[in-house]
Amino acid sequence: MTRLATPAPWRLRRTNTGAKWVDAASSRYSLAHTGDPMPPAAPILARTTLTCITRAFATLESQRRPAMRRSFLPRGPILRAALGPLCAVALALGLPVTGARAAEPIRIGEMNSYKAQPAFLAPYRKGMELAVDQINAAGGIGGRPLELIIRDDGGNPGDAIRVAEELITREKVDVLAGTFLSHVGLAVAGFADKRKVFFLAAEPLTDKITWSDGNRYTFRLRPSTYMQVAMLMPAAVEKKAKRWAIVYPNYEYGQSAAATFKEKLKAAQPDVEFVAEQATPLGKLDAGPVVQALADARPDAVFNVLFGPDLAKFVREMNAREALKDTFFVSLLSGEPEYLDPLKGEAPVGWVVTGYPWYDIPTPAHQAFLDAYQKAYGEPPRLGSIVGYTAITSLAAGLKKAGSTDPEKLVAAFEGLDVVGPFGPFQYRASDHQATMGAFVGPIGLKDGMGVMLDPVYVDGLSVLPSDDEVKKLRPAAR
Amino acid sequence: MALDALVFQAVNGLASASGLFLVAAGLSIIFGVTRIVNMAHGSFYMFGLYIAVTVADRLPSPFDFWGGVLVAVALTALIGALVELVLLRRIYRAPELYQLLATFALMLVMNDAALWLWGPEDQLGPRAAGLTGTVELLGRRLPDYDIFLALAGPAVLLGLNRLLTRSRFGRLIRAATQDREMVAALGVNEAVLFTAVFALGAGIAGLGGALQMPREPASLTLDLAVLGDAFVVVVIGGMGSIRGAYVAAVIVAQVKALCIALGTVELGGLAFNMSKLTLVAEFLVMALVLVVRPHGLFGRPAPATRIHASAVEAPLVPLGPGGRGAALAAIALFAAMPLIGDSFAYAPVLAQDVLIAVLFAASLHFIMGPGGMASFGHAAYFGLGAYGAAYAFLTLGVSTPAALVLGPAIAGLGAVVFGWFSVRLEGVYFAMLTLAFAQIVWSIVFQWEEVTGGSNGLFGVWPEGVLESPTGFYLASFALVLAGVLVLRRLAFSPFGHALRAARDSALRAQASGIDIARVRWLAFIIAGTLCGLAGTLFAFAKGSISPEAISVGRSIDALVMVLLGGVQSLLGPLFGASAFTLLQDTVMRETAYWRALLGALMIAVVLLFPGGIAGGLSDIAARLRRAAGRP
Repeated sequence: MTRLATPAPWRLRRTNTGAKWVDAASSRYSLAHTGDPMPPAAPILARTTLTCITRAFATLESQRRPAMRRSFLPRGPILRAALGPLCAVALALGLPVTGARAAEPIRIGEMNSYKAQPAFLAPYRKGMELAVDQINAAGGIGGRPLELIIRDDGGNPGDAIRVAEELITREKVDVLAGTFLSHVGLAVAGFADKRKVFFLAAEPLTDKITWSDGNRYTFRLRPSTYMQVAMLMPAAVEKKAKRWAIVYPNYEYGQSAAATFKEKLKAAQPDVEFVAEQATPLGKLDAGPVVQALADARPDAVFNVLFGPDLAKFVREMNAREALKDTFFVSLLSGEPEYLDPLKGEAPVGWVVTGYPWYDIPTPAHQAFLDAYQKAYGEPPRLGSIVGYTAITSLAAGLKKAGSTDPEKLVAAFEGLDVVGPFGPFQYRASDHQATMGAFVGPIGLKDGMGVMLDPVYVDGLSVLPSDDEVKKLRPAAR
Repeated sequence: MALDALVFQAVNGLASASGLFLVAAGLSIIFGVTRIVNMAHGSFYMFGLYIAVTVADRLPSPFDFWGGVLVAVALTALIGALVELVLLRRIYRAPELYQLLATFALMLVMNDAALWLWGPEDQLGPRAAGLTGTVELLGRRLPDYDIFLALAGPAVLLGLNRLLTRSRFGRLIRAATQDREMVAALGVNEAVLFTAVFALGAGIAGLGGALQMPREPASLTLDLAVLGDAFVVVVIGGMGSIRGAYVAAVIVAQVKALCIALGTVELGGLAFNMSKLTLVAEFLVMALVLVVRPHGLFGRPAPATRIHASAVEAPLVPLGPGGRGAALAAIALFAAMPLIGDSFAYAPVLAQDVLIAVLFAASLHFIMGPGGMASFGHAAYFGLGAYGAAYAFLTLGVSTPAALVLGPAIAGLGAVVFGWFSVRLEGVYFAMLTLAFAQIVWSIVFQWEEVTGGSNGLFGVWPEGVLESPTGFYLASFALVLAGVLVLRRLAFSPFGHALRAARDSALRAQASGIDIARVRWLAFIIAGTLCGLAGTLFAFAKGSISPEAISVGRSIDALVMVLLGGVQSLLGPLFGASAFTLLQDTVMRETAYWRALLGALMIAVVLLFPGGIAGGLSDIAARLRRAAGRP
């Protein structure tokens, strides 16, 4: 059983008003009545009542948010409002979770910046749900089903630590997983180390989480900033361009990507010259002047680290100014559908990028994932879907290998754990706790008015990681 | 750097300036007439862009872009009018700044509404038909659209200027800006006027958003990103001065363009990347302008505006016996939290966050309530305390108790410096200068990798010794927070507190009685900053880490919201507000995917039901109960 969104009382209330009940009630029901303007009253009433009762019951059973429900019930406005602080006190007492469970599930506490990063994390969540459903349909782990408890981490470390505490103390989860933003991931990793809890950092890209701040209890799934830059290096070196420019968002991710790129390119091509470097505020790129400043430096090639709205602005401005037209670009993450699709027909043709070409991965493992995902959600997956799905798959593999939810045994199991994901087999390295899952590299082209990656090549993560010995020196903090 | 490149970048800057001006103009008009600090202004901008993209997608070229812009302006103006009619009209009589709480809640709701309507992915609209070409200038290509945009700003400026100076509507607006009650007394329907002004401001914001369609995608982060810029531009120009807003927009855009154009410069053998300054350029300009010209470039000292007279604030009174009993019970409850934690393990965790929030809010309330100085940058001292303690603990290797002293000391030092400049300013200008300082601190922390850990922050700040166990640390922070709150309370009733309130209520009379207003305020600012630093220090140790978010605008707004939610006119207000806000947020975050909207809706409910905040609402209820019981 997945308990994703616990029955929300305010939705329950919407159901009762009738205005939005289709939305709130089960989707089956809404399908049944598409195009039927006057559905027979009796079944509606019966089913709506049934839904209400089950939901109310579920809420009662979990006994966790009676306060919120109550706050809508009182009649007088004064009374209603007075309940606010009262509810707060009730909540402060942390009403306990009770209720019998049939087969004690393995509880995964997942926390992520769903509100702050919805474009990436909405598909991520779907990927996780799909994996949990598949695993539970196949009998769970050692007869125990997986239960996913999802929380928003508020997009900042302060809230994230509280949420992690809540997951551990109140929800009694067995493992922690998730996080997207690097600083949130690092904070939770520190917390996991302190509290000796197993933590699988799914998304954060920072090198620090496995290297300089790496610790015993933290593992990371997604290819790190260093790995993604290293994947682009062959294309960058092959171009033999003398004059390079760099544009990156001005925070740790952009800074470390730029630093790694410079260092690696300088090593491979000592006569390279970096003619311009633009560090732009994240999400607030002043695209016109930045594109112009880069063009004025007349580079032969540009390394781009911008993503999201900044990337769209940058590309738009290049087109509008017809600037940097014949310049060679290598670009981080730009091939991920999350960032490439919004550009539609204006996708920058010829840029060599890392990304996820879901439309062009003819392996059986990926095809199976693609079919299941499209069947479940009726839309193509994003990179987030892959990460979410693979995170759960990894946890399942680790739990199976450990035969226990004990953090120490899980850590031992994850060190050298082999997992097969949609991208094929990979391993969690014992040396730095980094998964060797790779990414796809290829140039951007246009197909049917949409940007796609042409001839994408899968680069195994292991091929771009430093050796185990080198990595040991990078992990001073890990015991 | 060639001269022609700089000139060309200056031309580029004019297009960006128009964009900035359009957001700021609407904010300025709304503030000028209604005195509402409209936190939802960025949301109207965002809606403008989303609506324009949506409409443009459904229209055939070449009408797509222009049709989208027209519909966006009309719809955002309509939404603005609705918001004014349904929400703001009910709270004009609330104490000042309560409208801020309502519009902040509105921003939360509108952001989730956008997520619900348009989904999480960015949406890029079409380019403007007829303006997709470029012109050659100084050997470079300048997009036609940039020229159009560079002209659109001045065009709107002229239009607004004409509307305000030549039309009857404009005369009424100007009259209302100066004296609302007189305008009402002369038989002008104020309500319609306010609705119209709000719709006008929202429509201009929508226009600003829609006109960005060819330059950037519609995304959910736009509202907050734009809001900061809009405030800065309005304040640099001088509140209420449209012309000033345009000049300010040009200055900010030019400074940024210059930073970008210069790129990496060598200064005395040190290479510095000027483009990094764009992170904070506008706030540096604002701080500089406000220090030199306290009312902005074109602003004048606010005339003694007669605002809807909110009820005169009652003098502070000590708690009665019932109140004292309740306070003791609350203290006992918090003290017993570790015992409660045996059966409800999450309770102490949450209580810890509540305690920190309480001290954070109470310290802001001290300058905001009795002091009458609403700081929009209170998080700076929270962050200084946290970073100071974390740095001392991690790098200098001092013990945990020493770090608990050093953190607040550093925050206090920051307050000494920033306070000296800030307390000389009044009202919104004070708020904005504190905001500017907070942003400057934030950007330094954000960039100073070696000391502050840059954007990731510092980790491994776990308390040691007796304080290592959660219970030990909880009890220590409980004792410290309790002491801090009691000190603030004691001060509020002391002669110093009276002097502070006198300076707030009537600066002239206070001065005449021999009170050195600036010094009293400065001292209050330092005390508040130091205690806020203590809250930050506790935060760093409670979370084991600290990151630049602790200093962000959002965090400062949280503090304001807590104080306003609790009730600014009562010393207990911030305690209620901080507890309610923390517990509510913790709850709604688990409740639904649309938790921001739910949080916003609950806050709107509080504002509408209790314009005096929770504390005001509770005393209302108490009064009613007394009346019902037949007592006076």
